[in-house]
Amino acid sequence: MENKAIICKDLTKQFGDFKAVDKISFEVNEGEIFGFLGANGAGKTTAMRILCGLSFPTSGEAHVAGFDVYKQQEKIKKNIGYMSQKFSLYDNLTILENIEFFAGVYGVSRYEIKERSKDLILTLGLEKEAKKVVGGLPLGWKQKLAFSVAVFHRPKIVFLDEPTGGVDPITRRQFWEMIYQAAADGITVFVTTHYMDEAEYCDRISIMVDGRVAAIDSPSALKKRFNAVSMDEVFYELARNAKRTSD
Amino acid sequence: MNWREMPKEHQISMKRLLAFIRKEFYHVFRDQRTLLILFGLPVVQIILFGFALSSEVKNIGIAIQDNSHDLHTEKMIRKIQSSSYFHVENPILNYNDIENRFKDGTIKCAVIFPSNFGSDVQRLGGAKIQVIADASDPNTATIVTNYLNAIIRDYQQELNPSAKLNYQIIPELRQLYNEEQNGSLNFIPGVIALIFMIVSTALTSVAVVREKELGTMEILLVSPFSPIMVLIAKAIPYLVLSIINFILIILLSVYLLDVEIKGSFLLLFAESILFIITCLSLGLLISNVTDSQQTAMLISMMGMMLPTLLLTGFMFPLENMPWIFQAISHLIPSHYYYIIVKAVMLKGLGFSYIWKETLILAGMTVVLLTISLKKFKIRLS
Amino acid sequence: MKVLGFILQKEFRQIFRDKTILAMMFFVPIFQLIILPLAANFEVKSVNIVYVDHDHSSYSQKLINKIGSSGYFHIVGAPSSYLEGLEFIEREDADLILEIPSGFERNLVREGSQKVNIAADAINGTKSNIGNAYLNVVLADFSNDLDIRYKLSPQSASVSPSLITLNSTNWYNPRAEYKYYMVPGILVLLLTLIGGFITALNIVKEKEIGTIEQINVTPIQKWQFILGKLIPFWIVGMIVFTVGLIVMYLIYGIFPQGSFLVLYLFAGVYLTALLGLGLLISTFADTQLQAMFIAYFFMMIFMLMSGFFTSTDSMPNWARIFSEFTPVTHFIKVVRLIVLKGSGLQEVGTELLYLFIFAIVLNSLAIYNYRKTN
Repeated sequence: MENKAIICKDLTKQFGDFKAVDKISFEVNEGEIFGFLGANGAGKTTAMRILCGLSFPTSGEAHVAGFDVYKQQEKIKKNIGYMSQKFSLYDNLTILENIEFFAGVYGVSRYEIKERSKDLILTLGLEKEAKKVVGGLPLGWKQKLAFSVAVFHRPKIVFLDEPTGGVDPITRRQFWEMIYQAAADGITVFVTTHYMDEAEYCDRISIMVDGRVAAIDSPSALKKRFNAVSMDEVFYELARNAKRTSD
Repeated sequence: MNWREMPKEHQISMKRLLAFIRKEFYHVFRDQRTLLILFGLPVVQIILFGFALSSEVKNIGIAIQDNSHDLHTEKMIRKIQSSSYFHVENPILNYNDIENRFKDGTIKCAVIFPSNFGSDVQRLGGAKIQVIADASDPNTATIVTNYLNAIIRDYQQELNPSAKLNYQIIPELRQLYNEEQNGSLNFIPGVIALIFMIVSTALTSVAVVREKELGTMEILLVSPFSPIMVLIAKAIPYLVLSIINFILIILLSVYLLDVEIKGSFLLLFAESILFIITCLSLGLLISNVTDSQQTAMLISMMGMMLPTLLLTGFMFPLENMPWIFQAISHLIPSHYYYIIVKAVMLKGLGFSYIWKETLILAGMTVVLLTISLKKFKIRLS
Repeated sequence: MKVLGFILQKEFRQIFRDKTILAMMFFVPIFQLIILPLAANFEVKSVNIVYVDHDHSSYSQKLINKIGSSGYFHIVGAPSSYLEGLEFIEREDADLILEIPSGFERNLVREGSQKVNIAADAINGTKSNIGNAYLNVVLADFSNDLDIRYKLSPQSASVSPSLITLNSTNWYNPRAEYKYYMVPGILVLLLTLIGGFITALNIVKEKEIGTIEQINVTPIQKWQFILGKLIPFWIVGMIVFTVGLIVMYLIYGIFPQGSFLVLYLFAGVYLTALLGLGLLISTFADTQLQAMFIAYFFMMIFMLMSGFFTSTDSMPNWARIFSEFTPVTHFIKVVRLIVLKGSGLQEVGTELLYLFIFAIVLNSLAIYNYRKTN
């Protein structure tokens, strides 16, 4: 429990007869970039929501940042960051205002917010847009901003749910640069994606198929195991008999 | 054109269209919460208007100050007490008390018998009773005064049975179209019109706009079917929903409220279908002017329903309104539907009485559809 | 508390950038206060009547003249038969038919009494009731006139019967205009819209675009989130109320007779109760469309049952009990009392208590129902 950011044992989430997440077990080390892969409908988002304290598991155990997902959800939330598929920023607030709100809510002092937002704006190259409302920004910038907001309060772990949907490969690459930087700063990154090539960027990945963890290891190890040249092939091997193909 | 005579690609598109219509039905009927409200609304309105709400004036809180305490006052007070129009509250103690009683809302009328009332009647041949009415609601005040006058007249009759008025006109009243005395039946056409507006206008417009928002509209338009077919397909589930609602309301009115359908049900049904189509056309027009579901909803609910509520004439009498409102009401389709339903359902009149209104509704429908289709086609190109 | 500060900052920023809400704060009160009283007028100004005179006597002529000059009626025709008269009603050109039978004058003089037939279009109950009442007044007057003339004539030898008359005065609405009754009610409608509708829609919109999830994943606590929504909309509601009061005075000249403090106190508590309702509704809806329908459903029932349009006195017992359980009923009653009659805290204190209870119950339900984790 000491150095593990996330621990899952037989975690299950059931809706009626349907097991969205079926007895998954894995561990994520501190400072790791952990890829949570799988096809649409495999159960990735459901699992992540449990880990974020948004959903109660049906059975099994999980600890995030050392806290129990059943009883200590509020403590978990204080220590994590989150970026959802919808890039949930407030469209009618400016960049600065969005940063201010989310950072403030996590307990960052007003002084620190002021100082560090200036730096953040510079780093992102958004000086000209700082006072504009987020709604008018192109998708790529919104993504980067959402990520920055998610890690502004320097959480122990940041959860990213399909963060790179809908943008070109260059922007995706830039986004991953930001992830690397965060990991270098000591933040554990838990990222779900269905882009198999992004798997190469992670330290370790797990692949979910039909609600279960079909494989968990580093990308290179997996490629060796399945005699594959790319992660796409690995995934194909694992998922071709999958029964569930959409959420 | 027979199914088999159609070229293959048309057959496929027809299948796609049917599948699409099926999906629309599924989508509509799966949203149980909205469905509950859509059926609950007319049911609740009928129950409320039919049983709970009434513009009749009765059970009025009244308090009496009897300064005379003689036989006459006692008799009169008892008469007031036994009238169902009044609900007698605690007697008034003094003049200041009256104001307080009005202020806490327990009474709407105060009656004061002066001292020596009885002896005045006996010896002087007459006496005056003081009545103070709360005219916040002007209608109440008028009717309350009327009721009291009637009670007094009755009592006078008792006092002087022999010396009755030498000239007495006795009115015999017939309540037309409403022998069961159901308060007002106005509301039934109103409830129907309202639910048509909600289902056929608001929901249809939102449904079409949703397709635009999701981007699936283009897929539909690629099919060899004309845009008209696509729009019709969208509208069909709401047409069905409206018809079900209509039948529900009629059943409730007939069996729960004992309202007869005096005229031809077929005619009523046909006119209602016409009006539903008018509402659908309105919904389609609205869906053409906006790309956002929220805006479509707002325009339908606020822009269409509010005028329907206010200016159709079923809730508030049109003749009281300034002429500009009356003019606007002539632009509102539900105004004509209201007249048609009243005539056919409640008065039992035939087509000869409503052909004008029917024509106007049909005309409105054609205009609305033409504009919507034109706009729709422009957007495509 | 610091967190609450950040939340409120964000909410206020969003509200003032949301054109819909700004429109609501200013345009909608003005619009509703002007348009609604013009439309929502239940006064029966003039009733259309046709008469069928089978007698053609001087008495029937006198009666007809009296009706025409009474100011209550508008004579639209003089058909020669009842059936023809019916056509007027069918075409909605007339509301009442008065049929004077042949022998009217003769029977009145010889027998002392005579029946007349009245047929009223009873589809609109109010109109027919009032029309009938007016007609009765005219008929009674007519009888009285004849009677007086008879008594004043030398042939009369009868003892005049004792006459009890009413001396009636109207308080609180000297010109008996409907708008004094409606306008305070519209203020209530405004607050109801803000509390119920706008709040529910706002929260459900956050559900739809996903920002609620973002909030649920932060350490923001339930009470902070709820207060963060209640407080800004409460303030908006109070602003709207004030705008409404100003418009009411400027346009209608209605100045509350009672204390402003008491009025605002009630408004504040009522708004809190309605906000709780809006919050509760938002926990049941997933889309704005659903929220709109659910809110509309409840608002409609409340407004209809509240005594806004029709009096609660005339309701059957079960309906009256039901209306006691809605906060709208109490607030409408109080607003009319305070504005038109100047009632003070003493007189309406119990109503305040009821509103408090509503506020507590509704908000508790909403808080209980709102879950950060599913």
